[in-house]
Amino acid sequence: MITTKELLKIESVKPELFLAGSSSCAGCPSVLALRWALKALGKKTVVVSPACCANVYIGLWPKASPAVPYINMAFAAGASAAAGVVAGYESLGKKDINVLTWAGDGGTVDIGIQALSGAIERNTNFIYACYDNEGYMNTGTQRSSSTPKYTVTTTTPTGKHMHKKDISQIVAAHDIPYVATCLATDPVDVYNTFMEAKAIHGPKFIHILTPCAPGWRFDVANSIDMGAMAVKSGFFILWKQVNGRLEIKKKSLRYMDKQKRIPVGDYLKGQGRFSKLTKEQIDDMQNWVDKRCEKISARAEYEANL
Amino acid sequence: MMKTEQEKENILIMSGNYAAAWGAKCSNVNVISAYPITPQTTVVEKLSDFVDNKELDAKYIRVESEHSVMAALVGSSMTGARSFSATSGQGLLYMAEMLHWVSSSRLPIVTTIASRGIAPPWNIWADYTDILSIRDCGWIIQFASTHQEIFDSILMAYKIAENPEVSLPYFVVYSGFSQSHTSKPVSIPEQQRINKFLPILPEDGWGHLNLNPDKPVTFGNLVMPEQEYLDFRFMIHDSMVKSKKNIHDTINLFNQSFGRDYGGLVEKYMCDDAEVILISYGGLAEQSKDAVDKLRDQGNKVGLFKLRYIRPFPNEELIELFNSGIKVIGVVDQGTAFGNPTGGPISTEVMSLLNHTKNRIDVLPCIWGIGGRNVSVDDQIGLFEKLLYIKNNNEYPTDETCQHGTVWMGLKTGI
Ligand SMILES: Cc1ncc(C[n+]2csc(CCOP(=O)(O)OP(=O)(O)O)c2C)c(N)n1
Repeated sequence: MITTKELLKIESVKPELFLAGSSSCAGCPSVLALRWALKALGKKTVVVSPACCANVYIGLWPKASPAVPYINMAFAAGASAAAGVVAGYESLGKKDINVLTWAGDGGTVDIGIQALSGAIERNTNFIYACYDNEGYMNTGTQRSSSTPKYTVTTTTPTGKHMHKKDISQIVAAHDIPYVATCLATDPVDVYNTFMEAKAIHGPKFIHILTPCAPGWRFDVANSIDMGAMAVKSGFFILWKQVNGRLEIKKKSLRYMDKQKRIPVGDYLKGQGRFSKLTKEQIDDMQNWVDKRCEKISARAEYEANL
Repeated sequence: MMKTEQEKENILIMSGNYAAAWGAKCSNVNVISAYPITPQTTVVEKLSDFVDNKELDAKYIRVESEHSVMAALVGSSMTGARSFSATSGQGLLYMAEMLHWVSSSRLPIVTTIASRGIAPPWNIWADYTDILSIRDCGWIIQFASTHQEIFDSILMAYKIAENPEVSLPYFVVYSGFSQSHTSKPVSIPEQQRINKFLPILPEDGWGHLNLNPDKPVTFGNLVMPEQEYLDFRFMIHDSMVKSKKNIHDTINLFNQSFGRDYGGLVEKYMCDDAEVILISYGGLAEQSKDAVDKLRDQGNKVGLFKLRYIRPFPNEELIELFNSGIKVIGVVDQGTAFGNPTGGPISTEVMSLLNHTKNRIDVLPCIWGIGGRNVSVDDQIGLFEKLLYIKNNNEYPTDETCQHGTVWMGLKTGI
């Protein structure tokens, strides 16, 4: 694990592989995360990106921000096309190229989950990163199955009825060598996570919570805080599972203690998409958070002693 | 013709599906991705044998759906790997989005189709509605009507598709069961001779296809209406039309190299002095030759005009036929296009070229063999008799299989 200070001194992170002038919304944390993911992976990387905001923010033809080969891909095909790139390189004897799928939550948790599950089951040597902005933002904020309960989106105008699907646990159940969650708003965490993933052979899955100012309706200047509060409230838990053993990351560990957590209402309240939440609904969300924290802590403890 | 020692070919009895698998093997494909579906399944199985028994040095991606098949091949082909798949019916339709992805990415992927009927109700027998309903997505479409032709066509397909002037994907199509599951002799030339005709990939893959970290390129990002989107589309059509020359050249070279006699985009049988001609494609077109022979024996001047390709469409050959003095033409589809002018996709397309001739030509569209419905030589003769009736009586037949101007051969009326 590298600290911010150390990170800034490393020569290899200096070259930009995601160039300035992208066409993202101002301050988009997904861009920040991709930029730091590419710094970790280096220039021998090919990116496959299914339909999502990234297909737009990489730049409009003929301009493009990625300084690595980058394929815009069909919505359902993030993992399958990447598996093809991996097989293509393997068949031609090329071994030193990282293949990264860069997908939104819709492309991962909804339409792309079948291809993702298949690619993992086949032990494809690639990294699948899902930046989770908790909705279909490219098409203007519709619900996905990664949208939290009670969220108002354009397709859930009175609030969503079910909780967010736990994609990283679904993936973890595949016996995958590496799964981790991280925050787009914490570049050091992103960098470290991708460095760790890169060193492992086989499928790697990285789930990146990505606060989205226009979609969640908050002031973009608060993006970094929004990410931090997701962790401090226990709403988003930073953990990793390496070779079958689950471990809660240091930055989340203290918040597994309910006394140390901030109320989830404080996190939700700052977002326009939750502005109509009732007291009961906030309690329900608190309950959901508490149970998840308890469950994952118990699992981590059990697995630490295996 | 005596063949020299070096030209000797290995003759094996095999199914149409195995001929497809052998075609892929002998083309030295690097990556295969496929998903089982009747009647294509034994292609997938044979290729698994080849790869797992190390008779073919390729990566086989056993994906979880046909959408993933074509997506995976987009990825592999973009690394420069020669990429192959095979499918049928529902599987082909499930790929639809990715079929456009392949052609618009200008990738020389070759895929064989063992055509079958589209559900519901379930139907697994010969019917080209699968390939016909995706005929406009930028793939070259060739019908192979013998087992030998299935094998040979795959070798030619890669040579054509990989030509930088063409750079388009290629379907080799044959009919489910009647071709996929029947066994016939197929002659396999020596691999060295095949490699001479179709070289193994250079180490770095084909330059124009590479995903190369040393030369990073972004593919497929958003293009605004006033930018070159329209122009990219035109280039696909333009390359498809111009591929005709490349197709002819490649067939000629193949014929010379391996002593075959394939026609070009069309094959004409007894057309020269014919007054009545049947235009047809696929496996049943091969059988039409028997019908022609029988009718010729009785003194009828009939002929067969077989479409080997429908993409690119053989405009020039058809217009030449229209201007040859021919009076009556039948066009048969083994597939449907609900609500289009004739109910058959290819008869409609053939008729769209009639404005290129000043001659008056009567055209009778026909739909036959749907969902594997048997079409015998006698049935084919029956259709020719309808065409002769038009010629002799100057009126169209009106029996109850003639519906909305098209003959639906074998239609059960009154059900
Ligand atoms: C097959 C298909 N269906 C629908 C779409 C339209 N579409 C494009 S992006 C998108 C939503 C993407 O959402 P997500 O994956 O969460 O990424 P985000 O836009 O939030 O970055 C949708 C529905 C499409 N491109 N393809």
